[in-house]
Amino acid sequence: MMEAIRFEHVDVLFGPEPEKGLALLDEGADKDKIYQETENIVAVHDASLSVNRGDISVLMGLSGSGKSSLLRCINGLNKVNRGRMLIRDNGSMVDLSTCGKKVLHQIRTERISMVFQQFALMPWRTVWENVSFGLELSGVPRKKREELIRTNLELVKLEEWADKYPSELSGGMQQRVGLARALATDADILLMDEPFSALDPLIREHLQDELLMLQKNLRKTIVFVSHDLDEALKLGNQVSIMESGRIVQTGSGENILLNPANDYVRQFVASMNPLKVLNCNALMRPVTELSVEPSRDAGIVLDEDRGIVGRVDIDGCLEQVACDGAIYKMVELNDVNDMKTLSANTIVTGTPETSMRDAVEINHHSGHPMPVLSEDNRLIGVVGREEILGGIVRDS
Amino acid sequence: MDLTPSFLLNKIPVGQWVAKGLEFLTSNFDQQFRFFSDGLEWLILCTIDLLTVTPPLIVISGVMGLWYVLHRNLKGAVGLALALLLILNLGYWQETMETVALVLFATLISVLVGVPIGILAARKSWLYIGLRPVLDLMQTIPTFVYLIPTLMLFGLGMVPGLISTVVFSVPAPIRLTYLGISGVPRELVEAGKSFGASPLQLLYKVELPHAMPTIMAGLTQCIMLSLSMVVIAALVGADGLGKPVIRALNTVNMAQGFEAGLAIVIVAIVLDRLLKQSDQKTSSQDR
Repeated sequence: MMEAIRFEHVDVLFGPEPEKGLALLDEGADKDKIYQETENIVAVHDASLSVNRGDISVLMGLSGSGKSSLLRCINGLNKVNRGRMLIRDNGSMVDLSTCGKKVLHQIRTERISMVFQQFALMPWRTVWENVSFGLELSGVPRKKREELIRTNLELVKLEEWADKYPSELSGGMQQRVGLARALATDADILLMDEPFSALDPLIREHLQDELLMLQKNLRKTIVFVSHDLDEALKLGNQVSIMESGRIVQTGSGENILLNPANDYVRQFVASMNPLKVLNCNALMRPVTELSVEPSRDAGIVLDEDRGIVGRVDIDGCLEQVACDGAIYKMVELNDVNDMKTLSANTIVTGTPETSMRDAVEINHHSGHPMPVLSEDNRLIGVVGREEILGGIVRDS
Repeated sequence: MDLTPSFLLNKIPVGQWVAKGLEFLTSNFDQQFRFFSDGLEWLILCTIDLLTVTPPLIVISGVMGLWYVLHRNLKGAVGLALALLLILNLGYWQETMETVALVLFATLISVLVGVPIGILAARKSWLYIGLRPVLDLMQTIPTFVYLIPTLMLFGLGMVPGLISTVVFSVPAPIRLTYLGISGVPRELVEAGKSFGASPLQLLYKVELPHAMPTIMAGLTQCIMLSLSMVVIAALVGADGLGKPVIRALNTVNMAQGFEAGLAIVIVAIVLDRLLKQSDQKTSSQDR
């Protein structure tokens, strides 16, 4: 995976003499003390993070945790007081904290664009002129500009609103204009500062889905700031939890949900509904942890209580599932039309990508555990009642 | 026994200092000031000639046309023409044109000076902190007081009146430009920067357009303040509607005083309505 953005021990302070604040910070002083003595606000402290090209990386935390401050380092809106802020630019990594104005200008016009929480559209410009804004600044010639504006307005389905003013549009539409403006410059890095927070829940979900759809084709590197864990886990390939200026944990959504790094994260994720986020890969008990039946056929025990045993061939493919001599019918999850009509002697198999929601439903309707099969039909694990409960409780 | 400490008894020669400074200017830079004064006077007189040589009816229809282009409102244009015809009928056309020329020049200079200063003040907070008491002083010190230095520096005529008017009205565009520019939302400035705007681009693509309604309000205010100086400017020899008012005051001529005053009011209303943006346009910009 190619790295697009890398933070190395980034510190950001707001105030008159940040050097003094940094010195105090090194002595281990806390934020309040630093503010009282030097009037510096520590916004970000010792943040290190690497974002791969094409990923959606979510910075997540409560207000005041420094997530927006960290985001604004990426395009130089906030100055990095210490540490390195690296952006991939034509094959090499450029340090934004030391580069000159010319490089910064080039990076802002060509590499990075941004979407804002309150949309930040120019009220005196029409939708069309707003989308044109970034293109004007990077000096795109008129013909090309018109073409780009048109395609990007089509992308966000606003081509019929081109001549309206932002004040005539709903919030969701305004943010789509903001998105079109950011996409128009064809920057490969997109910064999104709580872009959907100002919208009502239904429109928010809708725009999240739209963003995921767009991302499938565009493959931008997106850094997304959010205070909503559901949103973070839905969108992010990588999620970083921030607390008072520090990144306390970075990882995949499942990883954070299943292995919280500390009490803060644990508290944070405690109320999270795991059904949408976890999949069988994270949930299952791997085949290596399952016991082998001591009888002659050496099957693998899928459910000890009920004595459900699976038999695998020499390549590890699941051949047959049986219980007390009765043989179950095996069905792939994709082939199940209606879970309610599953008969008692059917066993449904899933894949690592099967969601926890499906696993729960199968368990509920069939009463049997679900074997998890890899693409080449090898048995790699099982999700039963116990694994599902473990996923819900999570702090085992 | 007198208990007042002695340092309170010695008068601080504030007035003398100012007078000395003025004397220094008049004795050393008299020529430059006169040269500037003559040039400006010539420009104003040319404008007045242009306005008075043109037949009044053509000027009136020109203003009507301008009104219609700006506001698309025929009713207003007719009212406007009637008001101007009243001035013509009362016999104050020449004076009115002189006043209009004076006001236009004063406003032009005030805006040319005030808007850049306002922008700078919004950028540098120390400048505005320093500027604020000066602006307060310019607007509160009795206007008669700075007629004296302008008279000494520029002699009798239109120019000292013009300069006094500018001193009085320039705080309006400065303050309102400052207000407009510093009121641009942080996110809009960030949006500009994040797409790579240079400070200059940020100014004319984001800050000035956003501040434009406020700056226009400053312009209108500036015109009204200039008009309120018309009578005072007449004291130092500026031509215009101020002169008949002064004459009426000296001769206790109620009829003349009222007519000239009415003409000033009409000019004020016409200029104000002409420049005011129509309401819909501003409200759609305010979201």
